This record gives sequence, C-alpha cells and structure tokens, in this order.
Amino acid sequence: MSTLNREQVARIAHLARLELTPAELDGLTPQLDAIVDYVQRLSAVDTTDIEPLAHALDVIDAFREDEPVRSLAVEQALANSPGRRGPCFSVPAALE
Amino acid sequence: MSVVTSRFGEAMTTPYETIIGLEVHVQLQTRTKLFCGCPTTFGLPPNSATCPVCLGLPGALPVLNRHAFQLALRAAAALNCQIPQRTKWDRKNYFYPDLPKGYQISQYDQPLGGEGYLDIPRRIGIIRAHLEEDAGKLTHEGNLTLVDLNRAGMPLLEIVGKPELTSPEEAKIYLEEMAGLMRDIGVSDCRMEEGSLRCDANVNIRVGDEVTPIVEIKNLNSFRFLERAVRYEASRQYERFQRDSSFRFGKVPKQTWGWDEVAGVTRPQREKEEAADYRYFPDPDLVPIRISPEQVAAARAEVGELPSQARERLASQYGLSSYDVGVLMGMGRTAIAYFDRASAACGDSKTACNWITNQVAAVLKETNTTLDAFALSAERLGGLIAAQKRIGLSRQQALDVFAKMIAEPLDADAAISALGVTVVSDDSAIVEAVRRAMAANPKAVSDYRKGKKAAANSLKGAVMKELRGAGRADVVDRVLQTELERHE
Ligand SMILES: [Zn+2]
Repeated sequence: MSTLNREQVARIAHLARLELTPAELDGLTPQLDAIVDYVQRLSAVDTTDIEPLAHALDVIDAFREDEPVRSLAVEQALANSPGRRGPCFSVPAALE
Repeated sequence: MSVVTSRFGEAMTTPYETIIGLEVHVQLQTRTKLFCGCPTTFGLPPNSATCPVCLGLPGALPVLNRHAFQLALRAAAALNCQIPQRTKWDRKNYFYPDLPKGYQISQYDQPLGGEGYLDIPRRIGIIRAHLEEDAGKLTHEGNLTLVDLNRAGMPLLEIVGKPELTSPEEAKIYLEEMAGLMRDIGVSDCRMEEGSLRCDANVNIRVGDEVTPIVEIKNLNSFRFLERAVRYEASRQYERFQRDSSFRFGKVPKQTWGWDEVAGVTRPQREKEEAADYRYFPDPDLVPIRISPEQVAAARAEVGELPSQARERLASQYGLSSYDVGVLMGMGRTAIAYFDRASAACGDSKTACNWITNQVAAVLKETNTTLDAFALSAERLGGLIAAQKRIGLSRQQALDVFAKMIAEPLDADAAISALGVTVVSDDSAIVEAVRRAMAANPKAVSDYRKGKKAAANSLKGAVMKELRGAGRADVVDRVLQTELERHE
C-alpha cells in the first residue's frame, strides 16, 4: 500500500530545505513510503477508551525557577557560525 | 452602512462595515527567557544573551520558566479564558534565519488559555491565548542578513481576539485596554517601542451581503499606527471591492501586508513561494503541564478587580460620571486604589477625583514619576481636601498647600501654618471687599443683572484680589451673590 507519492516527497524535501536530484527522489520516495507504512501499523491497535498521550515520559510539571545564569560570551556564541559580521551572525539575504 | 465616530467626535458614515480581529503579543515580565536562564534585559549588545538552548545547539534541552507560566496563567484568568486541566508544547516548524532550531516552541491544540473575553467596555471575544518563544532579530544589510539572537527564546503570550471590532477607533481602544490590563496585573510592561507589545490586525469589510478577503497587517508598532493602518486598509479594500468583482472572501487567499507609516499606506509583503505548512507536532523535549483548580483560583486572586468591575464600582459606589471614571482608569490600577484611599480620607469623592485627574496627574507628568513613587500619599491629599473645605481655602491657596505637601512630609494643617496661609472669613471684611470690587467693575455688575451669570466669576476674582487671595471661598460666594441680588 502506497501512502506517499513523488510530489509529496519533493515538497517535504523543499520544506526541509533539502535539494534532491531526480534520481535521489526516485530512490527516497519508496524508502520514505515504507517508513510511513511501517509506522502506520500502529493504527491497527484498538485505542478506544485510551487517553491521548502528549509525551512518552510519565512526568509532568518540570519547571526551572526564574533565575538568570551566565550566558555565553559573544565570541563563544559565534564560534561555530560559517559567517559573521561584527557581533552578529550573517547569512545570505533573507526575504522580508 | 455603518456609522462610526471620528476622532473629532462627529459621526462619519461609510458605505461598508469594517471587521477587525487583533493578534496581540505581549512579552512576559520575567528575568529570564522562556526555556533557558539567559537574561531578558532590553538593549544588550547583540548575541550577548544567548546559550546552547536558545541558540538551538545539538543536545541542549529546554526547561520551562515557572514564573513565565504563572504570569501567562494570570493573564488568561484576567481575560476570562477557559483554562484546561492540562496544557502542552508543540513545535511549529519553518526555516528562517531568525529561528536557530528550525522550529518555534509554541502551543497548538491545547493552549493554556481557551475562549475568553475583554470588556472595553463592550465585550470583545478572545479565541485563545498561548505561550511561545520569540524569534531572533534580523537586520538586512545589502546582500546579507545579520542575526541577533538575544530575543530568541523571550517569553511571549499571544492573544488572538475574535474579529468583533468594528472600527479603527475601537481597535485602538481594545489594544489600549489590553495593554493597560497587562500592565496593571504585572504581566507585561507593554512597551511598544521596545517590542514588549506587538500587534497584527486582520482586516476585511462587509458591503451588504458581501465580504472582502482578509488582509493581515503586520508591523503595527504604535497605537496610532494601528488606527491609521486599519482605516486606510478598509478604504483601500472598499475601492478595490467596487472595481473588482473577484475581490471577495474565499476567492483570494488571505494576504499579508505591512504598514508604511512614512507613506501612510499599507503594502503587500513579498509572499513566500509556498503556503505556510508548519507541520506542528508535540515537542518531545518538554513534558505537559497539569493545571490544578487551586492554581486557577490563585491566578484569579492575583488578578483582583478587573477594569470592567472597577468601572462599574466607581460609578455605583461614588456616583462618578463616566467621563471621570474614564480619566481615572486611564491612569491605571494604582490610581483607582489611590482614589479609594483619598476619598475615604476626605469623604468627598468627586473633589478627590478632580484633584487626582488634574493636579496630581499634572505633577506626575511634569516630574515623570509614577503614583507609587509620588511623595504625597492618598491620605494626606484627602486631608488637604478636607481642610480646604473646612477652612475655605481659595483655589490658589489650596494649590500652594498642595505643592508644600509634595515638597515636605507635612499634613495639611502643618503645611497651612508653615505657609502662613490666612483665611478671611469675617463677614464684614468680605462685604467691604465685595462692595469695593462691585464699584470698580460696574460693567460686570450690570452684565450680571442683565442675566449674564458668568460675570460673577470675574467679580469673584476681583474680590479675591481685594482680599489678597485670602477670602474664604464659600463666604465670598455667598456675600457676592447677596450683594448682586440686593439691588435687582
Ligand atoms: Zn539562552
């Protein structure tokens, strides 16, 4: 059973800013489709009367207090950036 | 057809109805960001308030700021929102340089605040209120975009209003009321110039049975811009509606426009090539939050008296006019408490209200102080009002005493004797002064006797001058009237 087609995979790739060649798209479409099909086996489980789960951990209410901690130095913050100008990260112009 | 009132007060008729819904973002008054301990201080050097969490570095894990959550809960309570027993976090996915993780942590299907309302005083519905983190700040410079991530991760509450506002003026009032409420309950300082209050407006118009497509206007960073932008946009849509029959709701997708304050026009913003597809899903890094009935009750208690309740109480308890109530409430919640105490101290609420909305407001403005830091307590002001009435201080004398009491921590009687204020209340002296003033101003006297009752005011001024400002005001009024009526 096929769930995803080539156009959908191309669109998902675009949303994730992945540039795929036609050959890659041909190869990835059946693979991604197989993954989705595999996950869909979960729908076979009868979940009547079972509360929806928002999180896998049985933990709720994890908080921290509103106390400042030391931030990174500007140089540290920018250390891994491929581009910078002064104290700012720089990237190719983005549209408004 | 729709009748709206212009800012000059006259009714203006437009051939369409304007439909406005506002999305308001307020930045919560916390010391640290929503999910990390970086400071929220405004105006820090670029990228000096960042850490692995708000930079979205691999492996960094967000933990919710308890105070931010409490403030959001308080805001939801103040907006009469339905509050669920559980709320959770979702990722809103999109790629943009202001968003280092590639997603914004927000709330999708289980917001902390459900349906609610704000009385302005007309009741305006709220669709939802949810917590989310702010994005970074971008500056465009030639072929580069510069990124400052100090703002990334700041705690925001997004309040989505129903499209129930019907004029640009009403939209402005709604935003002002919203900001006043959030300030009053300590949720946000709502400084538009610092970005801690932001507003987008969804605008369309109805002409007869037909409705135009919704346009979202961004960048409304002052109350005045909001009013101007909405008015401009509505008239632009009407013009387009008349010449383009395809400009109808449902035929054109919702568009995003920006307000250009310099040109005074709205302009289309460049559309991203694909429709928004945020692929929301629950954030696995954050656990859900349970909200107990006790927490909701505590949040409601923190809110205290809502503006709508205060408005009603000031009118019913003190008999203040709606104008006085409006001016007093415009000074914020502290002014209401100050007024309550001053009224109790002097027993004359109308006079107390006048003093607060005129003299006190003027001094606060001149000295750029808030009522919390004002040197004259409500009780001492009440004492001054009572003394003014008891002794019969003239207006000028009362103002002198007022200034003295601001400068020094004296009660009214001490300030009066320190200034050496004397009040002439001796009838014969006042009768003498009244007669001299009348003899010197025959025109005012004959005007008065011809029915121009206002002429009494100038005569009263002349009498006070005769008495060097020390005449007891109520005695002067009485004697002056007797003398004027005597020869009629
Ligand atoms: Zn941080």
